[in-house]
This record gives sequence, structure tokens and C-alpha cells, in this order.
Amino acid sequence: MKPFDYVRPATVAEAVAAAAQPGATYLAAGTNLLDLMKGGVSRPDRLVDVTHLEGLDGIEHLADGSLRIGALVSNADLAHDAGFARSYPAVAEALLSGASAQLRNAATVGGNLLQRTRCAYFYDTASRCNKREAGSGCDARDGENRAHAVLGWSESCIATHPSDFCVPLVALDAIIEIEGRNGRREIGLDELHRLPGDTPQRESALEPGDLITAVRLPPAARDFAAHARYLKVRERTSYAFAVVSAAAALQIENGKIKEARIALGGVAAKPWRARTAEDVLKGVAPTADAFQEAAWRALTDAKPSGDNAFKIELARRIVVRALTLAAAGTPARLPALPASPFASTSGAIHA
Amino acid sequence: MPELNLTSAPANLRHGSNIGQPLTRRDGILKVKGQATYAADNHPPGMLFAVMAVSSISRGRVASLDVTAAKRHPGVVDVMTSDHKPPLAVDPEIKTNPFVFRMEVLQSDEVRYANQPIAVVIAETLEAATEGAVLLAPRYETLPALVGLDAGKSFVPPVVGVGNPTENRHGDVEAGLASAEKQIDATYETPPQYHNAMEPHAIVASWDGDNLSVDMPTQGLMLSLGRIAELFGIAPDKIHIRSPFLGGGFGSKGFLAGPQTLGIMAAKLVGRPVKLVLRREQMYGPVGHRAPTRQRLRIGADGEGRLTALDHHARTVSSTFDDFYEPAADASHTLYASLAIRTSHDAVRVNTGTPLFMRAPGEATGSIALESAIDEMAWACGIDPLAFRLRNYAEVEPITGKPFSSKALRACYEQGAARFGWAKRSLQPRQMRDDAGHLVGWGMGTATFPALMFQAEARAAIRRDGTGAMEIGAHDMGQGAWTALAQIAADGLGLDIDHVEFKAGTSDLPDAGIAGGSAHTATAGAAIHSAGAAVIAKLADLATNDERSPLFGAGNAGVVARDGKLFRRDDESRGESYAEILARAGVAEVEARGTGAPNPAAMEEYAMHAHGAVFAEVKVDPELGQVRVTRMVGAFAAGRIVNPHLVKSQLFGGMIWGMSFALHEEAITDRRSGRIMNANLGEYHIPVNADVPPLDVITVEEHDPHVNALGIKGVGEIGITGSAGAVANAVWHATGVRVRRFPIRIEQLLTQS
Ligand SMILES: Cc1cc2nc3c(=O)[nH]c(=O)nc-3n(C[C@H](O)[C@H](O)[C@H](O)COP(=O)(O)OP(=O)(O)OC[C@H]3O[C@@H](n4cnc5c(N)ncnc54)[C@H](O)[C@@H]3O)c2cc1C
Ligand code: SF4
Repeated sequence: MKPFDYVRPATVAEAVAAAAQPGATYLAAGTNLLDLMKGGVSRPDRLVDVTHLEGLDGIEHLADGSLRIGALVSNADLAHDAGFARSYPAVAEALLSGASAQLRNAATVGGNLLQRTRCAYFYDTASRCNKREAGSGCDARDGENRAHAVLGWSESCIATHPSDFCVPLVALDAIIEIEGRNGRREIGLDELHRLPGDTPQRESALEPGDLITAVRLPPAARDFAAHARYLKVRERTSYAFAVVSAAAALQIENGKIKEARIALGGVAAKPWRARTAEDVLKGVAPTADAFQEAAWRALTDAKPSGDNAFKIELARRIVVRALTLAAAGTPARLPALPASPFASTSGAIHA
Repeated sequence: MPELNLTSAPANLRHGSNIGQPLTRRDGILKVKGQATYAADNHPPGMLFAVMAVSSISRGRVASLDVTAAKRHPGVVDVMTSDHKPPLAVDPEIKTNPFVFRMEVLQSDEVRYANQPIAVVIAETLEAATEGAVLLAPRYETLPALVGLDAGKSFVPPVVGVGNPTENRHGDVEAGLASAEKQIDATYETPPQYHNAMEPHAIVASWDGDNLSVDMPTQGLMLSLGRIAELFGIAPDKIHIRSPFLGGGFGSKGFLAGPQTLGIMAAKLVGRPVKLVLRREQMYGPVGHRAPTRQRLRIGADGEGRLTALDHHARTVSSTFDDFYEPAADASHTLYASLAIRTSHDAVRVNTGTPLFMRAPGEATGSIALESAIDEMAWACGIDPLAFRLRNYAEVEPITGKPFSSKALRACYEQGAARFGWAKRSLQPRQMRDDAGHLVGWGMGTATFPALMFQAEARAAIRRDGTGAMEIGAHDMGQGAWTALAQIAADGLGLDIDHVEFKAGTSDLPDAGIAGGSAHTATAGAAIHSAGAAVIAKLADLATNDERSPLFGAGNAGVVARDGKLFRRDDESRGESYAEILARAGVAEVEARGTGAPNPAAMEEYAMHAHGAVFAEVKVDPELGQVRVTRMVGAFAAGRIVNPHLVKSQLFGGMIWGMSFALHEEAITDRRSGRIMNANLGEYHIPVNADVPPLDVITVEEHDPHVNALGIKGVGEIGITGSAGAVANAVWHATGVRVRRFPIRIEQLLTQS
């Protein structure tokens, strides 16, 4: 392997200083980064291992009713935290539908947010890829692109963001806490990932050295607990990225939707919040027609970027289904096959 | 090597007669404890690590490699390239027989497929070798790649599979179609698939002068030995190969692979032991795969649903430089009676590593198309798919007219259908839903695989302490040869399995043939059986010719061997232990050899196949198109079952593979570059635990006096056949959508809701 420096800072400030150097990258569990390094896709000069930093591995209830999740909490620990799953069931369901049990045990919250696209041409260093090498071209554009984006893509990049976790998070207005060279700041998750435009190599709003320290769920996020689901269509029952996924969260009062949240996964370079679709649901009864209308709105701007027109129709149907499931109510226990269309099928024992 | 000596049995071994007992794997504990040494676990002193650099283009030539940069990297010892390599004794391009496949071992700068080895970096550490390979930064002169089933002008290959005729016919297919009341004309496509054995191809090679010591997984010790001897110009007895365990092979480890040859060359180049292990993505090229196919089936049936014609044509691909043709259409030779049958193949050449045997080569690809088409015809005739298959049941092998050596397929249909509850199936598709509103479908397929035999030899001994030994260079690919063959050995020697030292897995033992064609247990087993009989005969000679023995004079009546004793067949109260016989004779041991081989006379007379019937239930989300198999029942008749436990595992594995074929597996090739875009187990989908439904396997009793002395037919591959079609047919039955391109994808099921 290419030689690299490995540093293990003791404090956040040291970490930020070390990672701000050119060629430096944060290392969390490494389930994505190390694969990229082995494939020669990422070739950092310096790894700044954050896994030993103090105070980033807690789940904290704040006085105002928010929840702060440390960036180093593992995907599995978060999903299995009973209180968390009760308050934010769609997030727990999304986490448990991702990767495999082994990967979830290792993967961190921060790493999940910043995992890179699974575009095969990004991984294949012999292919042209604007994201990997700015200005080199995009071999996915006319290639095997059945899994690529249908929303927010540009001629320079049609990749999708693969995270499941981010989809319900963006629906619930999660906030990202960042420590950077100029101190602490926070942004909405919706602003973290960028659409490709002409600069697909710039994937996030983070600056060199910026460390995600926590994800915060605002107080209102719990108000959806009774009606929140994540639904993920994939090519095998478990251990596969989403073809398309959706999070749907509703507040229903007196037979009317007080507030709706909808986000899509696997369709764009970021977790895709469908605000116009949410708007049409506000104040109406949770009916099939209303859900159809919302689904239609969610995908108005969608267009195929290749052999993937089916994803648009699939996304519509997933939105309808996710809303239907959410309206029916969050199940008392997380399903054995989380987020699966077969979640309700009895007899399944593991995923 | 403790693992080569499995005399000491775990406490839970069952006693009594051995064949037919469901013993657990005798090597299971070693494996669970991590004590079973696989090839790459060996680290001889002074060993270096070799890493291949592979081409990222699929056609052209390597214009330059930055060898200097690689060599400058700390730890790199040498870089083997087409300009700097030890000579081979023969040109690896020369095919001395059809089982010699061309390999890319740095003989030129030509690139013929993506992931072809173009250099080998040898270093003190794996990390240094890996980085050295990156630093080579190859530049290429690239030519347009030939990709896919329409890449060029098609041609008719001289033979398909293992020397099968490209075309076969019985009767007049066109006349049969013309006279048919119902006709089906359907085209199915199957994708390229890769073996993806859990254990990647590996080799640890050490030279000592002209002596070569090799650890590598192989399904054919003697084939590999012969090829190494030929390539390196050394006598076979100077080569020692150890292959005690394979982490799967599925056909990809049948022949010495190019990368393994490179490991031996690298060791020669640097004069130190070398280990070379493929990375997962490097297994998508130089070690074989299952070629894609496009199969057109034209079928005719009369008013009663009897087949009047079955025309099966398969298009496949081979590499630009060698010949292997997936014999997909041959699946139509044996299953269904038809007035007329024609099978034919054509092919195009593409920039790919040469396709090879992959678990049920031809049978698997052909079966999913044939079983789908038969299902389509049953529906066209308005007949239940099982009834339709029974109506066209072949009493003799359709293509040859030969009787079957045995065929308990009717019993498979009956028992499988009963267990599954098939009788309650609706004829119409899209009729069943579960409580959650998912579409439910039931489908079936017939399974078949030839009962083959190769050549093998075994050596048996009985020792003065009353124990026995059986030696055979057999291969345990995970299927359980260490256990099943030891069971046959114990019965052959008339001993409890605990009292038999069973040796296998190295090239200094008698030739066991290959672990392939589902024929290893039959072939090696026959050799073991005959060696056992021969050594018992020698022992009996000692006793029956000795006046002091209670067996004296038993000559004509004969003796039987059981529990370490010989008894007079006509009077079992008279007997003597092996130990007593040998002690009195003053002999340390008696030994004998035996062979296993096909019986040409029986093959001339009979068609020999294993059969089965597979039933599958799937659920399909009506709007979202995701599919889940919820239940499978397979009933198989495969002659004598040596170890029901291991046999079930093989059949389970096959059925899961069949489901994988129908729903998951596909190598995605970039249509421009010819590179495989999902060469990893994250994205090359195979079923995970959550996909595997409750599986039910029934082994149907079958006695076959003709296939071999033990009546064994083999179960390694048959499980895929039938299963893939059963799942595909169940998807149709659930949805009413007939998908003819595999694996079935979500978008193909989104058409209605
Ligand atoms: C086979 C496979 C299947 C998978 N399937 C799924 C799936 O179905 N769904 C899904 O959602 N995910 C899936 N994943 C992805 C998995 O979720 C991610 O790999 C994981 O979440 C990354 O977390 P990590 O801690 O290992 O991050 P790392 O690999 O250590 O880091 C990932 C990136 O984040 C950066 N980073 C990490 N922490 C911080 C921080 N605190 N601040 C700033 N930057 C940071 C790193 O520099 C790096 O660029 C799969 C992965 C694999 C290998
Ligand atoms: S889609 Fe984006 S990530 Fe994929 S090859 Fe094109 S530029 Fe690279």
C-alpha cells in the first residue's frame, strides 16, 4: 500500500489541525475509506484517526428536547438503543437496513454521513470520473448506469449518495455539528451534501479540517414517532444498497395530516428531501389519493440519466407505500427485516 | 500435518456400518478452530509475497510499465514482466489436448481481456508488493473491445462443453413444429457469472534445485501436476502438491490457473519461496467463468399437450484466444420426450478470460431456459406444469433412445409435489396473495445431471495391529470428501471408521482423478471400494490357505469382512481377526490397489443421469417488484447416498445457487471497455442468509446396478438445475409477467401493479 502517516490526535483541536493539512483525511471505522485506499481510489498522505477522541461516542438528551448523537457512535449501537428506536423509529429502521451486522458494528455515525458514492466508475480507477479526478469526464454517463441518479444530477456527474441513515435524518431536519479551523458551527444535514453541478469533486459543505462531532435531532423530530417508516427496495433481502428508498414521517391529528416529512434515497447525490410533496399533504386526510399526489410531486423534476427511467416510477410507488405504512402507524417492534417490502412477512428471523 | 491424518475420530462419530450414515464432517472441528491449513496459510521460511498487476484494458498491448519505480519501492525484490521472467519449457499457448487451456503467463505484451496478469511484483511484504504493483502505472495501446453476445460475426464451434457435438437431432423438428397445435418461440438470456469461491486462487511455491513444493487448492492434483511438469520441464516425481482443503472451487480450480503458474515462476525467478494470492477482483478474468448465453427455444405440442418438437439453440461466447463453449442447449437432450429434438449452438468471440466449467456447466444455463419454456408451453396448453411434465415423461433418453440405467424421477415428482402441496396450485397466474397483500407464486422445474465416472486409483492396506489404511489423492472442496470417502474406505476394509487411516489431498498419493462433474465420490469411491476388496482378498488368501486358521479351506464358500474380522460366508461362527491372521503369517501389512473407471459397455447400453424435481414458492411485492423466495422443496434421486448429511448440504447449496441464478447473480460488463464493474462480493450479488428460505430436501431411494459398483450418481451440481427454473416459473405464477432475461430484475416486474 502507499505509505501514509497515521496520527491519533488526543483532542478535537489537534485533530482539526492535523486534518487541515493538504492530503490529510479523517479515519473513522474505515469501512469505506480503507476499501477506497485499497482500490487506489483514495490515496491520502495522512490518516487522522478520530476513533480515540473523547466525548464523541455518546447519545445525549438535551434540555430543549433535542438529541445529540456523537459522531463516533456506531451504527449498530445507535439503532439498538431502545430509547432512540422508540423516538426516531424510521432512523433506526434505516440504520438496520444498511450494510451487514458486522459493518454496522464498526461503522460510525460520522462515517456513514460522509461515505462516498458506490458509482462503479468512481471505484474503477481506469475509468474517467469527474468526482475522482476533476475534469476527466464521466464514464457512467453512457455506461452501465441503471443505478444512477434521477434527480439533481448534471452532465458532469450522475452518481447517487448511498446512505440509508441520511434519508430519515434529512426528513427530520437533522443538524450537523462541525468543529473546524474557525471553531464550532452547525448546518442542516440538507446543506451537508452538494449536488454535482460542474464540481462533482466537491461533495460536501465541509472545509479542510472540518470534523463532524455530532448529529442533532431537533425537538420536533420526535413528534413523528407514531407514524414514521423507512422503506428500501433492493436486489436482495439484506446487504444491498437501495435501488430506491424513502423515509416517510407524519403527524396525524383528528384524521388530518398536521405535518409530513418525505425524503428519498438512492436517487440523487444527496439524501433528497421532497418538500413540495410534503406541502400537498399538510392539512389533508391521509388517503391513497393524497399520497399519490404527493408522490407525483416528489418526482416532478426527475429525469433519467441513463437506463434508469424505471427508478422514477419505482420512487413514486415507494413514496406512496412509505406514506401508507407511516399512516398505518409505527410497528411496536422493529420488523425482523427492517425497511424491507417484506417486513411484515412473518417467519423472517434475520437480515 | 495433523489434518492429513484423520484417524482419531471426534467423540460424536457414529459406529456401525459406515456408508449411509449421516456423519458430520470429520474435518469440521479443525475448520471451526481455524486449524485446517488452506494453501495461503502456509509460510515457509524466507517466503516472499507476490502480487499481480492486471490489465485495465481488455484488448491491446502493454506499452510501458514503470519497473524502475516499482523496484525502487522499499521491500520490493523483483518485478516479473514479459521481458524478465524465467523461461518455460513449453509454450503455454500450445494445446496438447482440449483440457489444456491457454493461460496468460507473461509470454508477450498482448492484452486479451481485462484483469489479465501483466506483471508480478515480488516483495518482502504483501504491502510492498501491492504498492509496487500500483507503481508500475501501466500504459497501454488500446484497441476497441469486443463485448457481449453480438460482439462480432458468429460461428459454429467444432464442439461444445467436453467434446459434445455442436448439433444434435432426433426426428424432424420443422415437421414437428408444423404439425403442432400449440407453438412457443421464446428467447432467454443468461448473464456472465463468476465462480467466486470463498477461497481465492492461491499458491505457495518453493523450489529446491529441481524439486518443487507447492501448496495450492486444486480440484485435480494429477492434472495440475502434469501441467506443471510440462510447463517447467521437470519430472512429475520432483513435484509435490498439497491441497488438503479447498475453500470451494466450483470448476474454477479444476486446472492449473495462470496466476498459480505465475507463482511458481516467481519463486524460480527470485530463488525463494513465494506466495501469490488473488484479490477478489482478480478472480474476474484469469480463472474462468460461466459464459453468457442467449437461448431460443421453439417448442410444439399437439392437442393433448404432447411435445411434437423441441428446438433449442444457444448462442454463447468464448475468448478471442481459446475455446470453451457453454453447452447450454444440451440440457434438452435428456428430459422430455418429443417427436423431434434439435439442439444447436453458435458463438462469438469476445475480450474475456476464457469461460470454463462452472457448477453444472451447460446444464444450469440450459435448464433455466428449458424449464421456463416448458412452463410457457404448459400454460399455452392449459395444463398444470407438473401434469405437463408427466405427460412428456421420457421413458428412454429422448435424444439417443437408450434406456435409463435407473430413473426415479416419477417418485421425485410425487414426493416433492406432496411435500410442497402442489395440488392446491391455481393454473392461472396472479391468483394468490398472502395476508400482507404480496403476490404469491408457485413454480417447478425438473433437475437432471449426468452420472459421470472418471479414472481413479487407490491403495489399501491392512496392518498387523488390525487397523487399515486407505490412500487416494482425493480432493475435499468443502463437499466432505474427507468424510464420505473415509466411510466408503471403512466399509471396503471391513473396519470401523475409527480404525482406518484415511489419507487424501496430496499429489504423492494414488491419482483420484478430478473433483468435478459431480463424479468424485463415485470415481474415487469406486477405486477405494475395489482397493478394499483387493486387500481383503489378499488377507483372505493368507487365512484360507493356512491350516491353523479357522478359515482354512473356506476358498470356494468365501469369506466376509466385518468389524476387523473375516468370517466364513457359510458359517459365521467361524472367523478370525485381521490382527490374528497377520500375526500368524508374520506379515506387517498386506496392501493392494484398486481402480475406479467408467464402464464403456454399460455406457453404450444405458443413459445414466441423476434426476430431481424442485418446487418453489415466491412472494412478489405487487407495486415495488421486489421478490423473495419463501419456500423450496427439492426431491432428488441420485443413486446411493453415501452420507445423507453431506448430500443434503450439497443439494441445499445447489438449490440456493439456482435461486441465485434466477434472481441475483450477474457480472456487469462495461459495454465499451469490457471491464467488469461489480467485481466484488458487495455488488456481485449472491443470496445472503436473509434470502435463503426454509429448504426441504428429499432424497428419493434409487438403486442403480449399472453406473458403478457402489451405485453412486453424484449430487454436486444437480441442485442448481431445476431450481433456477422453478424460481423463475414461480415469479411468473405470482405476477403473470414472464421474464426471459436473468437474473430477474425489479424493473421487469414494475410493468403492472
Ligand atoms: C459491502 C458494504 C455494504 C454497505 N451497505 C450499505 C448500505 O446498505 N447502506 C448504507 O447506508 N451504507 C452501506 N455501507 C456503507 C457503510 O455504511 C459505510 O461504509 C460506513 O457507514 C462508513 O463509516 P466508517 O466509520 O467506517 O467511515 P470511514 O470509512 O472511516 O470514513 C468514511 C468517510 O467519512 C470521513 N469521516 C469519517 N468520520 C468523520 C468525521 N467525524 N468528520 C469528518 N469526516 C469523517 C472519512 O474521512 C471518510 O472520507 C456499506 C459498506 C460496505 C463496505
Ligand atoms: S457519475 Fe459521478 S462518480 Fe460516477 S463516474 Fe460519473 S463523475 Fe464519477
